[in-house]
Amino acid sequence: MPTGSPTGNTRPTHGPRPPRGARTARARRAARTATAVAGALAVLALSACGAAETGRSQRAGDTERTVTLTVPSWVGAQANTAVAAYLLENELGYEVRTQQLGEVLAWDALSRSDVDAVLEDWGHPKEEKRYVEERKTVVSGGDLGVTGHIGWYVPKYFADAHPDVTDWRNLDKYAEEFATAESGGKGQILEGSPDYVTHDEAIIRNLGLDLKPVYAGSEAAQITAIRKHVAQKKPFLTYWWTPQWLNAQVDLVEVKLPAYREGCDADPAKVACAYPRTPLRKFLNADFAKDGGKAAAFLKNFTWTTEQQNEVALMIADRKLSPEAAAEEWVKDNEAVWKTWLPK
Amino acid sequence: MTPTTTSKQGPGEKRPTAPRPTAPRRPANAAPGEAPTTPRPAPAAPTPTTTGAGATDDGSPTTVVPPRVPDDGSPTTVVRPRTPEGGGAPPAARGATAPAPSTAPPALRPGTPTPDGGTTAACTPAPAGTGTAAAGGRRAPWRRPRVLGGAASALVLGLAGALLLGGGGWPAGLTVDLSAPLDDANQWVLDNRDTHPLFLYFLLHLSNTAVDAVNAVYGVLAAMGWPGVLTAGVLLAWRAAGFDRRGARVACVAFGAFALCGLLGMWDATLLTLALMVVAVAVAALLGALIGLAAGLSDRVDRALRPVLDTMQVLPAFAYLLPFVLVFGTGTPAALFCTVIYAAPPMARLTALGLRSADPGVLEAAVSLGANGRQRLWTARLPLARRRMLLGLNQTIMMALSMVVIAALVGAGGLGEEVYSALSTVDVGKALAAGIPIVLIAVWLDRTTAAAGDRLGATAPRRGLLHGRSAWALAAGGTLAATLAGLAFGTTWPRGWTYDISTPVNRAQDWIVDHLSTGVPLVGGTQVWSDAFTVGLLNPLRDGLQWLPWWALLLLVAALARLVGTWLSALTATAALAATGVLGVWTKSLDTLSQVVAALAVTLVVGVLTGVACARLRWVERWLRPVLDTLQTMPQFVYLIPVVALFGVSRAAAITAAVVYALPAVVRITAQGVREVDPAALEAARSMGASTRQQLFQVQLPLARPALKLAVNQGVVLVLAVVVVGGLVGGGALGYDVVKGLSRGEMGTGVTAGLAIVCLGLVLDRITQPTARGPRP
Repeated sequence: MPTGSPTGNTRPTHGPRPPRGARTARARRAARTATAVAGALAVLALSACGAAETGRSQRAGDTERTVTLTVPSWVGAQANTAVAAYLLENELGYEVRTQQLGEVLAWDALSRSDVDAVLEDWGHPKEEKRYVEERKTVVSGGDLGVTGHIGWYVPKYFADAHPDVTDWRNLDKYAEEFATAESGGKGQILEGSPDYVTHDEAIIRNLGLDLKPVYAGSEAAQITAIRKHVAQKKPFLTYWWTPQWLNAQVDLVEVKLPAYREGCDADPAKVACAYPRTPLRKFLNADFAKDGGKAAAFLKNFTWTTEQQNEVALMIADRKLSPEAAAEEWVKDNEAVWKTWLPK
Repeated sequence: MTPTTTSKQGPGEKRPTAPRPTAPRRPANAAPGEAPTTPRPAPAAPTPTTTGAGATDDGSPTTVVPPRVPDDGSPTTVVRPRTPEGGGAPPAARGATAPAPSTAPPALRPGTPTPDGGTTAACTPAPAGTGTAAAGGRRAPWRRPRVLGGAASALVLGLAGALLLGGGGWPAGLTVDLSAPLDDANQWVLDNRDTHPLFLYFLLHLSNTAVDAVNAVYGVLAAMGWPGVLTAGVLLAWRAAGFDRRGARVACVAFGAFALCGLLGMWDATLLTLALMVVAVAVAALLGALIGLAAGLSDRVDRALRPVLDTMQVLPAFAYLLPFVLVFGTGTPAALFCTVIYAAPPMARLTALGLRSADPGVLEAAVSLGANGRQRLWTARLPLARRRMLLGLNQTIMMALSMVVIAALVGAGGLGEEVYSALSTVDVGKALAAGIPIVLIAVWLDRTTAAAGDRLGATAPRRGLLHGRSAWALAAGGTLAATLAGLAFGTTWPRGWTYDISTPVNRAQDWIVDHLSTGVPLVGGTQVWSDAFTVGLLNPLRDGLQWLPWWALLLLVAALARLVGTWLSALTATAALAATGVLGVWTKSLDTLSQVVAALAVTLVVGVLTGVACARLRWVERWLRPVLDTLQTMPQFVYLIPVVALFGVSRAAAITAAVVYALPAVVRITAQGVREVDPAALEAARSMGASTRQQLFQVQLPLARPALKLAVNQGVVLVLAVVVVGGLVGGGALGYDVVKGLSRGEMGTGVTAGLAIVCLGLVLDRITQPTARGPRP
């Protein structure tokens, strides 16, 4: 029997082995065929049924009367979501799903209606322009009622001992006290999660301060570090904000930076002023705002004060209540407040 | 490393087969790889069929369980330092001269605990024949003086140049900005994803199908109620392990795992995670098997796929999470596809390896019986590869589980979300309560797949009610009964049956931090160490690297890589380092590099010492094993807060996280390597009157060199894998950039930093992994 490579897939029984080259070529061919067939089948199976439904909810277990809210990573916003969810479920009969998401991801999810509403937004001009103005997939839901403010803070015990530290001009004097192994000789300013808006590097550069930002990388790490410093009564300087539940446990004093003027933070590289006071806002998915019925109306009406938000946030963070339990407790005590939010 | 295998297992064949002097009581356990495994009662040991000591060592797909993997990166480029796998059929297969019994594919040495299956298996042959391997190792250094001289002169040249020309970073002119095109791509996706046919006719189908699939599985699990799911988990484990006494142990583990998940108050979250895992693992295994099939049958496909698989595993998941979210949307689809990408490679590698290492004797027999290609594939090669494929499945599962928390970042829910939300209230106890079920699921699945693997080909199938199909029917029947019972009694986990561990855990943590952080007499305390470490080691290292001119550093890396490897590896290492400069993250890469090097040094010192202790003292190993298992499977997010509390927001904290994560693998590999040194050599040394110390330093450690090499390799991979986690606790640099890219939606930042991490992995791999020159022994 000739040993040349057989052409078909069948080989005569008991024939001598074809040379090695023929075998690998055959194997290769088989692999190619298998791959091609599998790929073709997959594509066929997936596209045969026509265009896919867009804008479908991407979350397991959604039904008609389901509202999806984001749960941002900080507790204040979790308080908003918890109270809104509690009222939507118990007063208006909706089912509420919550989804943990980063802020920018939440904007994207909002625009494609994976999420129906974001209840606390600290200002994302880029996303706002893209989704609200250009694509019109997101609409504003009005103000939350809470005003947010970012700034530089030192602990109260340190400010009491050195009252002049609260002016930025004197920060250099204390740089040595703020220094750590990480900041290498300069004063350390503790930064938080990359999620949060910060111009600190520009501010330090433009004001010529002897400081160095050290990035904690997450809010949890930053809070842990602050608590640790406080427990040891050590001086520290940190990027921080209100409202924040930790402010009820730890007394922090803001350092005055050059006053904020409209537009002084327009160019991120040239910022040399304080952060503005930001009225926190709500945003709703455009379709949800239109067809969301009572739920959308309720979420538009939802406003409360910083103190009220803090009350719930503290129950969650300090007393370690679950968000649902905290919301239940607050709702029980504040009927007058939330009655006004319910759509007529 | 593997002296106990009998001759029928490929790689062992050249080794002396003398039985170990010490009774091989628990070799299976000793495997470094068996990550998430707590006391496993050496499952394979009692099998009566196989001969001698070899039997015990063999029964362990399990053992290779992964070190569960990092959130992100993993092995490969790195991991698979040119192992024989590269050259087509691994020596394991090639070397086997005698036709071996078909049921005994070359034993997978637990060599690597890596997620990367390929490595695991591939590395085997090297450490295999102790005698020959050692000889090979000794053969290499002949060139050393010359190479050393060259390296030294290059170093001197570099330093001189640095002094003459001054320090400096990467020249701005030589960078390529990837951010702009990436951001453009980002924008294009945003603008077109609702209208473009690519999305409408393909990608959206994928994401909708993903949602439907997870929904369906979750629906089924929820409908089964807790009694149904619990029973199903237990019976599945029992059936997979065989309905017998040994299987009952696995069943007990399964019961304990599920019951604890419920007790911790995490039942619902566990179900959601389980649903996502079932779908992700199914898709990843299928995809991996297909890729592995192609790579196993065709050398060209194999070569083409290898770098792809490497990148899939080393690129931090954080970096590609964002593009996936943009394309597929938040929630289930993005999480699912990222998990699949990360988890598929081990399946692909092990399938390919299994196909390639099929016993040539069997194949020849098949050919001579006239089987055509397809028949050979179905009747010989695939069945022979079954064991490795199962091992691949095992590793795929573990890797998928390690993505649970990351999946939660894009809104997949489940246990990951619980961990993540516990972080926002800085509640370590709650994070731990959500982390433990992840460990438990890992243990359950590990035991189950391991038990199934042990039974593969162990004995001839037995008949009877408790075997074969009727056993499956029995298991299904039991589940059905439990489900019905659940419907009667309630499907949600009873509220009263939960226990809150958060308060005691938090109290314990506070106590530890208060007492260990500073002011400990004599030793100082963790914060003091952290500062000293930063000032004394990290800062000089970082500043030194950043001070060196870029070309001097490239030269240095080239020289180092040449010293340990070939010209090709020197070229690769240099190119990889240069790539970080071209990407425009030179300074940050060097910062990260300094951290990785420091972490690696700590890991290796501590790991090797502990490993040697484990190998020599049984009780150390016994006590450490559960600890190591937990460290490997616990999501790093859980120990983020304690690490910061002890070490402050600092690079030292990031390094601690990395060490904690990488240590178990290094300890295991070292212990395994030292313990399995050829017993004959050890016996000889002993009979010549060598002291314990001499035995260790002159026999065991030199002979365990392949294992130590592997330990270094794993150290590199695992430390790099947690660079991103380090960014969350103050590591800054590339890790922070990757996180920032995801959370700010800046694709350019994240992907660039991710690629730079991959490049660093290449550099470190090439300068730490000696390459064999010339033909292998």
